[in-house]
Amino acid sequence: MSDANGRFGNSADLFDSRLGLGGKAGVLLPDGPQIDPLKITLDQPDDFDGWREAARELVLAGVPPMSVVWQVAGDDGELFGSEGAVPPAAGGEPMFSVPKPFIDLAKAAICHSEPQRFALLYSLLWKLKANRRALEDRADPLVDRLEKLAKEVHRDAHKMHAFVRFREVEEGDGTRFVAFFEPDHHIVRREAGFFVRRFTTMRWSILTPELSIHWDPATESLTEGPGATRADAPDGDPLEETWRTYYANIFNPARLKVKAMLKEMPKKYWRNMPETALVAPLIAGARARELEMIEKAQAAPRTGGNIEGAWAALRQEAMSCTRCDLFRCGTQTVFGEGPLDARIFFVGEQPGDQEDLAGRPFVGPAGQLFDAALEKAGIERSTTYVTNAVKHFKFVLRGKKRIHSKPDTAEIEACRWWQEQERAIVRPPLTVALGATAARSLTGKTLTITKAREAPLTLADGSECWVTVHPSFLLRIPKEERRREERARFVEDLRRIRARSEELAAA
Amino acid sequence: MAQLDTREKLAILADAAKYDASCASSGTSKRNSAGGKGLGSTEGSGICHAYAPDGRCISLLKILLTNSCVFNCHYCINRKSSNVRRARFTAQEVVQLTLAFYKRNYIEGLFLSSGIIKSSNYTMEQLVEVARSLREDHDFRGYIHLKTIPDADPELVRMAGLYADRVSINVELPTVPGLKRLAPEKSAGQIEGAMLGMKGAIEDGRDAKKKYKSAPSFAPAGQSTQMIVGADAATDSDIVVKASTLYDRFSLRRVYYSAFSPIPDASAVLPLQRPPLMREHRLYQSDWLMRFYGFKPEEVVSAAEPDGMLPLDIDPKLAWALKFREYFPVDVNRASREQLLRVPGLGTKAVDRILRSRRFRTFSLDDVARLTVSVAKIRPFIVTSDWRPTLLTDRADLKRWIKPEKSQLELFAA
Repeated sequence: MSDANGRFGNSADLFDSRLGLGGKAGVLLPDGPQIDPLKITLDQPDDFDGWREAARELVLAGVPPMSVVWQVAGDDGELFGSEGAVPPAAGGEPMFSVPKPFIDLAKAAICHSEPQRFALLYSLLWKLKANRRALEDRADPLVDRLEKLAKEVHRDAHKMHAFVRFREVEEGDGTRFVAFFEPDHHIVRREAGFFVRRFTTMRWSILTPELSIHWDPATESLTEGPGATRADAPDGDPLEETWRTYYANIFNPARLKVKAMLKEMPKKYWRNMPETALVAPLIAGARARELEMIEKAQAAPRTGGNIEGAWAALRQEAMSCTRCDLFRCGTQTVFGEGPLDARIFFVGEQPGDQEDLAGRPFVGPAGQLFDAALEKAGIERSTTYVTNAVKHFKFVLRGKKRIHSKPDTAEIEACRWWQEQERAIVRPPLTVALGATAARSLTGKTLTITKAREAPLTLADGSECWVTVHPSFLLRIPKEERRREERARFVEDLRRIRARSEELAAA
Repeated sequence: MAQLDTREKLAILADAAKYDASCASSGTSKRNSAGGKGLGSTEGSGICHAYAPDGRCISLLKILLTNSCVFNCHYCINRKSSNVRRARFTAQEVVQLTLAFYKRNYIEGLFLSSGIIKSSNYTMEQLVEVARSLREDHDFRGYIHLKTIPDADPELVRMAGLYADRVSINVELPTVPGLKRLAPEKSAGQIEGAMLGMKGAIEDGRDAKKKYKSAPSFAPAGQSTQMIVGADAATDSDIVVKASTLYDRFSLRRVYYSAFSPIPDASAVLPLQRPPLMREHRLYQSDWLMRFYGFKPEEVVSAAEPDGMLPLDIDPKLAWALKFREYFPVDVNRASREQLLRVPGLGTKAVDRILRSRRFRTFSLDDVARLTVSVAKIRPFIVTSDWRPTLLTDRADLKRWIKPEKSQLELFAA
């Protein structure tokens, strides 16, 4: 590969008008107006050197972009334009150089399959002649277009680096690694160097529909051959099964993200990659595998496990919780309590004044009412797990009194994590939300109690959740008669919950 | 137990490594196999050779030397009390597998980690032996990432740095109580001490390289770490602050976040839900804001909700912009680089292009559109020659107006 870089980049010898004309152009008729555009034929679709030479002559001769058509030898001829010589450079035309970024851009863009690439580049060169800094205006539509072509070429090259898959073939005098690859653009010559640098000591061939390249480490030579089809490449390698084993096992079924995969590994490349045959079955089986993992974990026998230790550690961690600002105001974290195999899991709102001091949930006036209601409903409190949606006391001071103040959404959200962890340990078949705050914590949604208390909800883990009022609501009802009604209704709810819990246990 | 063949071992030991977030192979020194006896090259930027259906790239052969472990960290599938099937590679098996995959262009190199067997030093010796053999016996010039064992002999850790491109030590959990609960045998002090030691060794290596060209390069791709998200009570704010101190104190190249996955035979201490993938994604975005967009950790924290969590439905940069509307609109034709970088939807590349082109033209909205992915998202925050968002940033419903419509994550999928 010749190093065109220096030549185009240096101002001294390149666009010097004294350079003679030569190259592939024919003879220009000296007389008469030129009607047909000048036709320039390049040897290869990625013939940067040829383009550069012709472009240099054209620019120096003052041929505007609209008067040139470009084509590649062997392609269907351009309908318009005629072969002709570039007119001689106008005398005294000053020489000019192009900035290095233009060379880089042109070398990449010329490999694009876009037929207009030569003309676009020539237009830009023409522009650069008038304004040497034209390339710096990235928002210029012509610059933008060419930058985008170059970017697509870079991307195609990157995909070639990534997705070429060699297969090992035994030849009489050793082994050769052969790959078949289908690039979108004319990048094979451009990218050969990458594979030479990486696999210097291996004998290898990369076959593509346009051309093949072969590297011989003995002579350190790269040779070109004609284009090939997939049938010309070997059809397998014993190691592919091992590679597929790796591919299947490094995939985590709990985090399926098919779109992200397709964005980076478009399907057009899949045909020549051994592992992609696994994609469909892996996706299809992912949810099942994940559920299996969860189920296995849930079905695991709890005896002799570290449930108690886990709960104690969780409670310990919660004691130093600073997830929201409420830790500044309460005395301590009031964590849930109860047997870890409880079948009913109560979630209240928040500890109150007495709970904050005692460090235990539901011990104040609301707690006493709760105990009484449980007793009436025939539920033994000591068999249930009782906790709060928010685990720190929130209050406003009125004189010496600490008056309970409702937790806001952010505080519920912040504390929700603890409640979820408690439920993950206890795994209750039935959870009861006492009031709107608890319901919000369990479902993430704002619910109206009146509506929600009619039928159970299903939680994310598939278990049942019943919603009823919070006992403190019953304490605050001013009218005696309504208070009695609501209390009876609360007990009724608890009875239904007990019945349902027994039903679930029997199932 | 019957002898396992290489493929069976690979299945077990790749499966055990899939919870590791990192698979990067970038940022190391450039080298190639010219003039050598072996193979391999690195050209600065990493190459992802395949993508798994979980959307993560496969760049390296990421495996464990063994999934046996004397520790009992609850978040880890390889903990002592887990009943997963155990396997162990010999150093030579890993070497052969790496070379065979590399020759077929499946990978950029190796990311080797291990459960701890016998002792920390013994395990570390084995890890180093793999890297040594690849480099010395086979003249392998591809990428090597070694996960070091925190309390191994410093001399062994130094050897790791000599052979590997990158070394990492996982902080595991963002909070000390979390670490105590979930990894009772590890300590924050020990982990951070090892990181500090590594930082010193990397700096010494760099100094030596400056003085003597012949000095061996020491972990040229630096050190990284990983923390598990969603298994302890840490909020996004906690994590962002933790990550930024790690970057500052230990000059880390990267902090990786790994959303906690439900794992087979999960320890009862752990949540069983699906990993919060969108949360992990938002943390990576906030990481980028700090590393490339000039955001201070406290600014990212201020973009979080009052409960310390970053919004899941919009990215943290947009969340910040919506909270600090007085900062906008930004005039594309006059604003500084720092100001432009604050505009939601303008990436570093677009900002560089705007700054470069601004010397030649006055930007209209169309000009901006040509340089960015979606001008509709950016419009409320910028001023151009032909556009001024009339009090658009004051609109109460602005968030609804620009936020992506589709729901990002099914939190309660059945």
